[in-house]
Amino acid sequence: MTDMLSPGLILIAGAALLPLLRGVWQRGFMLLLPLLGFWQTLTLDPGAQGAVEMFGVTLTTLRVDPLSLVFAYIFHLAALLSAIYALHVRDTVQHVAGMAYAGAAIGAVFAGDLITLFVYWELTAITSVFLIWARREEKSYWTGLRYLIVQVGSGVVLLAGIVIHQHQSGSIAFVQLTLGELGPTLIFLAFGVKCAFPILHSWLQDSYPEATVTGTVFLSAFTTKLAVYALARSFAGTEMLIWIGATMAAFPIFYAVIENDLRRVLAYSLISQLGYMVVGVGIGTELALNGAAAHAFCHILYKALLFMSMGAVLLRAGTVKGSELGGLYKSMPWTAGFCVIGAASISAFPLFSGFISKSMIITASADGGHWVVWGVLMFTSAGALHYLGIKVPYFAFFAHDSGIRVKEAPVNMLLAMAVTALLCVGIGVFPGSLYAILPFPVHYAPYTATHVITQLQLLLFSALAFAVLIRFGIYPVQMKSVTLDSDWVYRRLAPRAVRAVWRRVSALQGRYGKVAARGLNHLLVVVFHYHGPDGVLARTWPIGGAALWVLILLGGFLIVYFV
Amino acid sequence: MGGGRKHGVGEASNIRKVFWTLGLLCAAVFVADAFYHKHVHFEAEGWFGVYGLFGFVACVVLVLAAKLLGRILTRPEDYYDD
Repeated sequence: MTDMLSPGLILIAGAALLPLLRGVWQRGFMLLLPLLGFWQTLTLDPGAQGAVEMFGVTLTTLRVDPLSLVFAYIFHLAALLSAIYALHVRDTVQHVAGMAYAGAAIGAVFAGDLITLFVYWELTAITSVFLIWARREEKSYWTGLRYLIVQVGSGVVLLAGIVIHQHQSGSIAFVQLTLGELGPTLIFLAFGVKCAFPILHSWLQDSYPEATVTGTVFLSAFTTKLAVYALARSFAGTEMLIWIGATMAAFPIFYAVIENDLRRVLAYSLISQLGYMVVGVGIGTELALNGAAAHAFCHILYKALLFMSMGAVLLRAGTVKGSELGGLYKSMPWTAGFCVIGAASISAFPLFSGFISKSMIITASADGGHWVVWGVLMFTSAGALHYLGIKVPYFAFFAHDSGIRVKEAPVNMLLAMAVTALLCVGIGVFPGSLYAILPFPVHYAPYTATHVITQLQLLLFSALAFAVLIRFGIYPVQMKSVTLDSDWVYRRLAPRAVRAVWRRVSALQGRYGKVAARGLNHLLVVVFHYHGPDGVLARTWPIGGAALWVLILLGGFLIVYFV
Repeated sequence: MGGGRKHGVGEASNIRKVFWTLGLLCAAVFVADAFYHKHVHFEAEGWFGVYGLFGFVACVVLVLAAKLLGRILTRPEDYYDD
C-alpha cells in the first residue's frame, strides 16, 4: 500500500498533526516531514500508479517519471530548508500552512490526471494564503484576500478548462495539450495566472513582500515553479510561450531598478527568472526543457537564499526598504555574506549555480535561431547583476551607514542560509550532480573558455556601469513610494468605478423607484417567456457551457464581493 | 558613493580602490578576447569585446529607462490606503 502513497500526502497529513504537538516535538516533527516525503519519493517505482476510482473516472495520483521527480526533489529540499529557517517561529498556523502548502505542491507534481492536479492546485492556494495572513496586520489581510481571489480564480478557470476539455476529447490525462480548442486554452490561462504571465503577474509582487518573514521563503519556492512544471508537462514547444517568456524576463527588471522594498525587488526578479524557464518550455527541445528544469531547481535555491537574507534583515532591523537601510554588514556579517552568494548565483557568475542553468536556456534559444529572444535574455542577464546582484546587497548591507545596529540573525536562520548557500556553490562547481537528475540526457558543457570569458565580460562591465552611475549620481535615489503595476486596475480603477456607479444608481433609485417597480414586473414576464416550461433557455445545455457560465458568475461574484 | 553622507563600506580612498580594481578587471577580461577562439552562434558575438560593451550599454539603458518609467509610475507610499 505504501508504494502507492503520494509523498505530498505525507506532508499534508503530517501538517494536520502538527497542532497536536508542542515545543521541541512539534519542531522536530516538522523537520522530519520533508525527509519522510523524500524517502517515500526515493522508493517510488517509475510509471503511473496510485489509481483511484471516483465517480466512474480513474484518477492517477502518482505519475513517476524524470520530469516529475526533479521537481519533487527540489520541492522536498525547499520544504526542508524553509522549515529549518522557520524553526524559531512560535506560530503553529504558519508551520501547518507551510508544510501543507509544500505537500500540496508535491502532490500536484505527481498528479497524472487533470482532476488530481486541480485538487492540489487549489490546495496550494488555500494553504499558502495563511502565510500572508499570519503577519496579522490589516494590510496583509487585504493583500491575502487579493492573493486568494486570484489563486482560487486560477483554479476555477482550470476546472472549467478541464470540464470542457473532457467533454470535447473524453480525456482527463495530464499530458501534452494543443492550444486552439477552448478547453486547453482555459487550462493554459490557469497555468499562466500562477506562472505570473505579463499582466496576470501583479498578484506576485503584491503578495510575496507582504507575507511573514518565513512565509515568503515558502511562497517563493512552490506556486510559480509548479506552474512552470505544468506548462512543461502540457505545453512544451508552444511557440507563444517563447514570446511570453521573453516579455516576462524583460519588463519586471525596470520595476526592480526603481523599487524601494527589497523583498519586492526580489519578487520582480522572480518573475524575470520565471521568464527564462517559460522561454525554455516554449522552445521545447531537450536542451531547453533540461534548462527550464535545471533553472527551476537552481532558482528555487538562490531565490530562497535571497528571501532568507532579506527576511533576516526584516526580522532584525524591522524594515527592508532600501531608503532606510545601509551598513548592516557590520551587525549581520554572516547574513551579508550569504546574501552576496545568493546574488552571485542569480547573476550567474561562474562557479555559482545560475551560471550552469540559465546558460542552457540561452544556448537553446540561440540554437533555435531566436536571435531577438536571445538578445532580450542577454539584456536581462546583464540587468540581473545590476538590479539585484549588486543593488540588493549594496543598499541593505553596504552603501551609506544607516546607523542601524542589530543582532545577527537567529542560529536556525543562519544554518538554513548556510546550507542553501553551500548548495548554490556546490551545484555551480559540480554541475554534473544536477545534470544527472534532469529529464533528458545532458550534452551540455557550461565551463568552456568562450562561455566563462564572455560571461565575465558581461557581468564585470555591468558592475562597472553600476559604479559609474552611482559615482556620477545618475542612479535613481531609493525613495519611499509605490510603483503602479497592473494591480492598479483592481486596486484603484475598479473600486472607484464601482463606487461611482453605485452612487449614480442610488440617486436614480430615489427618483425613479416606481418606474423601476413597473419595469421589474415587465422583466418577470419576459423571463417567464424564455425560462418558463417552454422557454428557449430551459432546454438542456452541454455541461461545458454550464461550466463556463459558472466560471463567469463566480468570477463576477468574486470581483463584486471584493470591491 | 553615498550621496555625501558618512560612508559605511569604507572611506573615499577605499571606494576609489574598489573602482579602480573593477576597472582593471574589466580591462583584463576585455583584452582576453585576443587570446582564445570564441565559439559563437551569431556573427555579432564574434566582435572584439562585444559582451563587455553590451553589458555596459545595457545597464546604462536599463537605469535611464527605469528612471523615466519611475517618473510616470511612482506614487506616494499611501496611494492605495483610502
